[in-house]
Formats: sequence, structure tokens, C-alpha cells
Amino acid sequence: MSEKVITNDSEQIRLENQTGEGAQELQPQTRDVVLTGGLWPEDEATTIINMGPQHPSTHGVLRIMLELDGETVLRLKPVIGYLHTGMEKTGEELTYVQGATNVTRMDYVSPLSNELVWSLAVERLLDVEVPPRAVWMRMMLVELNRMASHLLFQATNGMDMAALSIMIYGWREREEVLRLIEMITGLRMNNNFIRPSGVAADLPEGWDTETLRVCDLVEKGVQEYSAMLNENPIWIERLSGVGVLTTEQAIGLGITGPILRSTGFPWDLRKAQPYLAYDEVDFDIIYTENGDCYDRFTIRLIEILESIKIVRQCVERMPPGDYRTQDPKITPPPRTRINESMEALIHHFKLFTEGFRVPAGETYTAVESPRGEIGCYLVADGTAKPARMHIRGPSFYNLQSLAPMAKGSLVADTVAVISSVDPILGEVDR
Amino acid sequence: MADNEPTATEEVAAPVVADEVASAVIAKFPRAIFNDSHGQAVLYIDRADWHAVAEFLRNEERFTQCVDVTAVDHLLDETRLSVAGITPERFETVANFLSHPRNRRIRLIAQVSEFDTTIASLTDIYPGTNFPEREVFDLLGIEFIGHPDLTRILLPDEWTGHPLRKDDAPARIPVAFKGDPGPQ
Repeated sequence: MSEKVITNDSEQIRLENQTGEGAQELQPQTRDVVLTGGLWPEDEATTIINMGPQHPSTHGVLRIMLELDGETVLRLKPVIGYLHTGMEKTGEELTYVQGATNVTRMDYVSPLSNELVWSLAVERLLDVEVPPRAVWMRMMLVELNRMASHLLFQATNGMDMAALSIMIYGWREREEVLRLIEMITGLRMNNNFIRPSGVAADLPEGWDTETLRVCDLVEKGVQEYSAMLNENPIWIERLSGVGVLTTEQAIGLGITGPILRSTGFPWDLRKAQPYLAYDEVDFDIIYTENGDCYDRFTIRLIEILESIKIVRQCVERMPPGDYRTQDPKITPPPRTRINESMEALIHHFKLFTEGFRVPAGETYTAVESPRGEIGCYLVADGTAKPARMHIRGPSFYNLQSLAPMAKGSLVADTVAVISSVDPILGEVDR
Repeated sequence: MADNEPTATEEVAAPVVADEVASAVIAKFPRAIFNDSHGQAVLYIDRADWHAVAEFLRNEERFTQCVDVTAVDHLLDETRLSVAGITPERFETVANFLSHPRNRRIRLIAQVSEFDTTIASLTDIYPGTNFPEREVFDLLGIEFIGHPDLTRILLPDEWTGHPLRKDDAPARIPVAFKGDPGPQ
């Protein structure tokens, strides 16, 4: 990085003029000496240290550059892009039928939220309504996924704080939820189950008893975590008052989800702008007042219980009927129909070779993922592939909160701050 | 916190005058054009008004958060959404705004010419647009004037080109794995 190539390329020259230090550099600043007003000698300047991209606490491939004065963080700069695979470009090459397989790989910890926002965006452009059973199945799956995602947070957060029991407990309960999701969708992750027009398959036999069993199990698990951590003086000492963020800072920086709610601002898209059938189920927005790492931990813990509440209502009130719209232009025909109907065979063939065409238009659709507002800005140009597919990943925006939260804290607390943001780098880099 | 309590779902499905924010913006910026896109309020504004309209939305209309900034390259569109009164350009810059107290959204779209890919940065009004504007600069090459640190964010600094442009072909730059002997 340090060696700059001298070039006549206008692009290069422009880049160099615009950047003080470049996206991946951090220059040490000389410290002011209060008494004399002079500057410290060069070798007494602040220290730059580099965390990641392979550091275990950075959740994948996040790289953080820190400018330190002693052990106090003066500046923090997240360097991202190590997982960039051009998924938005890939999305322009895939048809609307194939699109769900692409977006589901962005936030790999809550893939169903990604599929949901993609499907809702496509359905809005098509003006398609999905039947009630599909709506409730989607809602149940997304909430199960939220449970799994927040359980994973409990595990990784515990791991970063060196609380190793909670790490094993979190993985244990999450695995149970993923096993249930596997039973329903066929896959643990990257499900490709929620698709434009509905869901991929109907609920399997015995889903209701299994779902209730997993709900009871996770509920018991959450009580166990709560007993272990919520009154644990070491845990409270380690997290409370660390990485404080105010509501004004959070809103200004585009922060959404549990981080915004931890600052005392009760904003949840499921309540504020209901989609699916969230206006018909009973649940609460969890929010706290302090905006520190401890609050962000508690919010996610209690949100698991709220999700269990919603899942139980879904089990109880799951409507009968079809699990996808019966529009032959966007829904593949049932397998048995292909044997007897030429039209069904043609529709099936056309759907999986060409896909369906979406009229020209644009839309921004947003839902509440476990990490905050996930949005899909979709531009259609009348063909079977989107002209532009942009996912607003909540983690991408939430990473901007690292700098104000870590400023002035110790390096050890920075680990707690990174962990409490719960970033998923697949979604940050896309 | 009473006025922050979510009230009712905001869905605007009505002619121009029905959207109060849009009519307020049009009254102040006469070149703005309202469009109802599948029930969502969209304002097509002049590129020169980009910063002023965002400032107006924040200060006068209480749009507290800029949720997303992105851009679109329309070079290869088969058919393009046509809105009356808009001279389409190759690029469109898109920003989505959310008002927490009013519980509604609005979207601003500005046409950006292929030959002058610049637009004002919103970072001084909404600091959260820092990362997304860098992303748009990185992937589509639109320059945000006034951005504090307009550098590549997802791609390496020494990368050339902007991959989300339609004329930037995938696999144009060979990516070699270390130790890969290459095709035999």
C-alpha cells in the first residue's frame, strides 16, 4: 500500500488528490504537548495498530485500523471489502427466479430475511398477492431465523468476552433451530425457500409439534443464559457503559435494528410499517435506554423470546390453503400436472430457462432483519433479469457506528464494541 | 416519545397533490416531478437541487434518516420506466429517506450525465451516507462533491474501472489464485 506508482492515468491522479490517506491507510498524528504547546517528536507519535482481517473477534474478514495513544483509542477506521464477490453484479445476470439463491448468500446468518425482502420487492413490481398460508409460513420462518441469528450472537458475543459456556450454549440451541429450519426448508442455511410467488414447498408432516418443542427448548435456554449472565457481576462490569451511542448519533449514521433500539428509540419496521401479517400477531418492541454493549446484548436476548411468541401464534393460527399463488406465468406447475398437460410442461420449461418478465419499474422494499432494516432497491427493465439489484445491508451501515462507539475506549473494549454490532461481513461486502 | 410511536402504515396511492411532502418540495423546487411508484412516493429532482432538497427534507419535513444511497446505470435497459417531464440520462442517483416521527418514506432520484458524473454529497446533512456514497463511487464511479473521504471501499485502491457499470464486463480482469498454474 505504501508504494505509490507514479502514473499519468487521470483516474489514479484523481484518486490520489481526493484521499488524504487512502481507504486502507491510517497516518499517525503527532500529539500536542499541553505544557509547551510544541509537538512530540516523530517517534513519540501515536501508534497505529491493525486488527484483522483474520482476528477472531472481527467476525470473519473485517479489518479495523486503530490509532492509539497508549491504550486509548483515538481513531478507528473499518476497512472492508475482503469478502466482496460482486453479488449485485451477479444479480443482474440471474433471472428473477434465480435471484433468491443469490441474495440468500449475503447475510448468511439470517438468509431468510434476504429472500423475503427480495421476494417482496419482485412481487411489488409484479403486483402479485401471495396466499395467506404463504404469508404466515414466511413470517414463521423469518422469526425462527431471527431466533437462530440472535442465538448465534449470544454465542459469538460470549466468545469475544471469554465467557465460553455461553458460547457452547448458544451454538447448541441455534443448532436445534437450524435443524427445524432444515426439516421445513430442506437446508440449514442459504435456504432459497422464500421465492417470488410464495414459498417453495408446503409444511412437512409433524412441523407443528416439532416447532413447539424447539420453542420450549429455546425458551428454557434463554432463561438459562439470563440466569447465567444478567446477574453476573463480571459480565455486567465488562459490558455496561462500554461503547455508548446516543439516539441522535445512531439515526444520523443510518443505524437501524437492535443498535438503534438500545439507545432508547423504539423503532421496529415490523410494528411501524407492518409487512406480512405482523399487524395481526401480538409482540412487543424491545428497547432500552443506555445504548451500551450490555443493552445491545439484553435486547437481542429478549427479542428471542418475542420471536418465540410470534412463532407460537403462527403455529396456532397457520391458515390452510395454498402455499404459493397459482399464476402459471410465475409459479411452476405441480409435478403431476406436467405428466398430463402440455401447457404445464411448456410453462415449466419457459419458467426455468427464460424466467418471467417483470414490467419496467423501480421499488425500494424494506423489512426488519435481525440486524436492522434490510432493503432491496430493484429496477426492472421489462426483461427477465433485473436492470439493477441493490441490497441495503444493515450491517454495512451499522459498521459506521464503530468509530463513535470505540472512540476514547480501551482496545479491549473495542472488541466488545465490534461484537455488540454483530456485523455479518457477507452482507457488508456483498 | 409520544410522537415517535408508529401510527398507521403510510401508503401513498393518489395523485400528485395528495402527497404532502411532494407538494411541499415542488412548491419550493419547481423543477421536481412527483411519481407514484407502486404506492411509494418518488421525487425526480434536478441534480443541482440534490443537496438543497435533502436539506429541506431534513430541516422542514422531519426526514430524520437517510436509509440508503445508491445509483443505477441505465445504459443497456431494454425498456426504461418513463416519467413525464424527465430527460433521461445514463445514470440515476437514488436516495431513500425515512421520517421516524411521520412514519413515512420518500425517494429522491436525480439524473446524472455520462459525461459529468458528479453530484453533491449528503454527508454534511446525513453523516450515515459516508459509506454508501463511497460504495457508489467505487462500483459506479459517481463522484460525490464534498465527501470527506471519497475512496474505494469494497475494491482495492489500485483497481481500475467501476464494475457495476454496464460496459464493465465481468471477468474483464483475470483474478489469479496464488500458485495456480493457469490453464494447461
